[in-house]
This record gives sequence, structure tokens and C-alpha cells, in this order.
Amino acid sequence: MVEQSLSAARKSSHQLIIKLTNQKMLDKNGIAKRIAKEIKDGYYVNLGIGIPTLVANYIPEGVNVVLQSENGLLGMGPFPFEGEEDPDLINAGKQTITTLPGSSIFDSAMSFGMIRAQKIDLTILGAMEVSENGDIANWKIPGKMVKGMGGAMDLVASAKNIIVAMQHVNKAGESKLLPSCTLPLTGVKCIKKIVTELGVFDVLPEGGFKLLERAPGVSVDEIRKATAGKLYADDDVPEMVV
Amino acid sequence: MINKVVANADVAIADITNGKTLMLGGFGLCGIPENCISALVKKGVKDLTCISNNAGVDDFGIGLMLQQRQVKKMISSYVGENAEFERQLLSGELEVELIPQGTLATRCLAAGYGMPAIFTPAGVGTEVAEGKETRNFDGKDYLMEYAFDADFAIVKAWKGDTAGNLIFRSTSRNFNPVMAMAGKITIAEVEELVEVGELDPDHIHTPGVYVHRIFQGKDYEKRIEQRTVRKLAD
Repeated sequence: MVEQSLSAARKSSHQLIIKLTNQKMLDKNGIAKRIAKEIKDGYYVNLGIGIPTLVANYIPEGVNVVLQSENGLLGMGPFPFEGEEDPDLINAGKQTITTLPGSSIFDSAMSFGMIRAQKIDLTILGAMEVSENGDIANWKIPGKMVKGMGGAMDLVASAKNIIVAMQHVNKAGESKLLPSCTLPLTGVKCIKKIVTELGVFDVLPEGGFKLLERAPGVSVDEIRKATAGKLYADDDVPEMVV
Repeated sequence: MINKVVANADVAIADITNGKTLMLGGFGLCGIPENCISALVKKGVKDLTCISNNAGVDDFGIGLMLQQRQVKKMISSYVGENAEFERQLLSGELEVELIPQGTLATRCLAAGYGMPAIFTPAGVGTEVAEGKETRNFDGKDYLMEYAFDADFAIVKAWKGDTAGNLIFRSTSRNFNPVMAMAGKITIAEVEELVEVGELDPDHIHTPGVYVHRIFQGKDYEKRIEQRTVRKLAD
């Protein structure tokens, strides 16, 4: 029964998305740019793979942040110049990177120790699905994708402040903001904020997505149609400034 | 000082027989014990249970052991870069236990610290929690996860001395120190083996007490998985 209504909701969102592609929406960099505004001076931040990685490019001038890479580095620097790659120095996405003045290196147990002990101020990660009670699914598609959860379960279970950066709908055109997740969960009741190409959302403690900002040129109605989960929006939702 | 030096990888792994449980250090292809993996492939030992954060790529790292069907079971957190791995998993030839990365690291740590179990919130409410004891501390649920019990830990360090003291370099440290502490027998291969007294005691990451065998490695390829660079400013 629930699945039926879910598939109906998804069907309608699918139809809408075809229309939405003509609109001026945010691209991945736009999502990253908006999230970068959530980063405050002095934060230690863990960035996941995908859109979250792009956030590093938009951290405002004068805001000092330390990026954690969970394979054992605080103070992740930019990619090395060609010819200066060091195979012993990579990030959690296995990309060659650099250190910065003040960087520190540690083992994997300490890396997750500081995550578990909430020393990291902000975690930004991607998702396949988020439910209206804050559950997240981002590690497994049964029978299809068996890559593993990496550090995602540790991060979502412990982080005090998590922002999900993701597309509002999946490649099949189905809403990723759902009444409840259909994929195996990564964590329960842990997501409080979501930024997609359509808007910025809070996950309310009592359940449901609260629309805080609309992406430029996107109407509340359009966002409502692309959101399968419960959506709350005030009459006058401001447009995102990016 | 006790001398822990063995001649090479073949000697170091000589008593690893079929069906043993091995820990292998490294994150991706960074800091993996290349020499010991080659020796294990050459020896052809089978039905191994491997505890390692990743499973290498098709033609390097643990991927080489998978190609030879030497692995019965993998315990890892992320195995996304290996097509042969995925094939063996989907066909049922390979048993796989995927566990959160922090849980993996901390179960190693527990073994090395002599603690039977840890409590972690990672995986609460997910399929990782199935069949596990849950405890509530201060209003939050935690899973009880057992310390690993591995016959051998195989790690790669940058420098080591003849007494087994180890120093790691940069992010190739990753799982190596915690696995070094966790094996019943720990084998360390190093890029540079030095005499006792040459390493500053203040700079040792893994005390030699945890290391049973050490050897000077050779021909390190140190393959890069994702070569990413930035352009010089115009």
C-alpha cells in the first residue's frame, strides 16, 4: 500500500522533472556554492565524495576551515601540481592531494575517533534518498551496487551537524526526498539539512521537509511536485542567493 | 634487542597456510604491503579470510589474490574499484562482510589494546545492526562490536628497525598501525630497514613489541588510483 502510493508520487514527480529541465536550476557547482555559505570560520569539516568535494572550491575568503579526510589527515590542501604527486598522500576519494601548513596525519582509528567524539563541526555528504524523519540511504542498491558504506555510517551516526548535498531527483526522475527510504539505510534520524538544485530544506524534528529557500527561478509549487515526502513551505519563501 | 629481521616476503609468510585470517594494511592502494601480497600470490595459499579496508583493483593489491581465487571471505568497508571482486560476489564465489570504516579500524584497535569489544553508534538502525547486541548509554544506542581475531597482520611501513619499531609516512599510515597491533603474528615490510638506535624513540608510531617479523621490501610500485593535479597558474 505504502509502496503503491510512493510509486504514484514518484510517477508524478517524474512527469514534472521533464518540465523542470527547461528551467534555470542550480547545477552541481551551484549546490556546492550554496552549502559553502553554511561553513563558519574555525570549522573542522569532513567533505564526502561527489558534490560535497566541490564545496571546497567556494569557501569564502577569510573563512578559515580545516578539511578532514577520513583516511587520516586534517588540513587537506589542493591537488598537487603535475609532477609533484605523492602516492603516499591521498584523500578518502583516493585522489592525490597536498598538505598545508598546520596539517596533521594520524591512523584510521584516531580519524574515526575524532568523528565519533564530535570534534568535527560539519559533515557534508551525498545521498540517494533522505526520508522526512531524517533517515539517509546512500551506500547500497540491492542486487546492483555493492560498493560498501566506507565511512558514511560512522559519520552520520556521530556528526553533530550534517548537510546532505544531492540532486533532488534520481536519474530515473524519482524524488529523493521521500516519506520513508526504500533503499538500505546508512543512518536513522540524523539528517537535519538538505541542499538540492531546487532549494534548501530543513528536516523537521516532528517529521517533514521545511522549504527554507528556493533556487533562482523555481516556484514552491514545482518543488512541492518534485518532493514525495511531506513538504512545508511558508507563503513567502525567499529565493536562494548564490 | 631482539632481532626480528627475516630475509624477504617469502620467508615472512612461509607459515601462512590455507584457511587463515589475515589483516592487510592500506587504504585503497596507498600503504599496501605489496611484497607480501606478491609472495602470497606466488605461494598460492587459499581459502583466506582477508580483513582490509578495500579489496585493491583488478590487477593490483588484493585484486591479484582475488584473480587467483585465494580469498574465501573479505571483510571490508569499501570495495568499489574492483570488477572481478563484484563478479565473484554476485556469483556467490566470494563471501563478503561490509562493515563501517570506523568500526573496522576500532575493532583492530580493540584487539591491539586487549579489549574484547567496543560500542559504536555506526550502523544502529541499519542492516549492519542485525543480530548484534545494542546498548543504550545516555539516551543514545550503540552496537557492540567484537575485537578482531586475526592469525596474521601484514603491514607496510616507511621505516623500521631490526627490533620491529615502525614509522609510517604521510597518509600511507591509515590502517597499518592499528592492524600491526591486532595480529597474533604481525609481519611488517618496510621501505627502509635500519639498525636499532637509528630511529628516534620519540618518533616511533608502532612499538616493536607488536611486530614479530620485519623485512626490507623492494621494487615498490606505489600505484596511484586517482591521479589528480592542478594546473600552474597562468
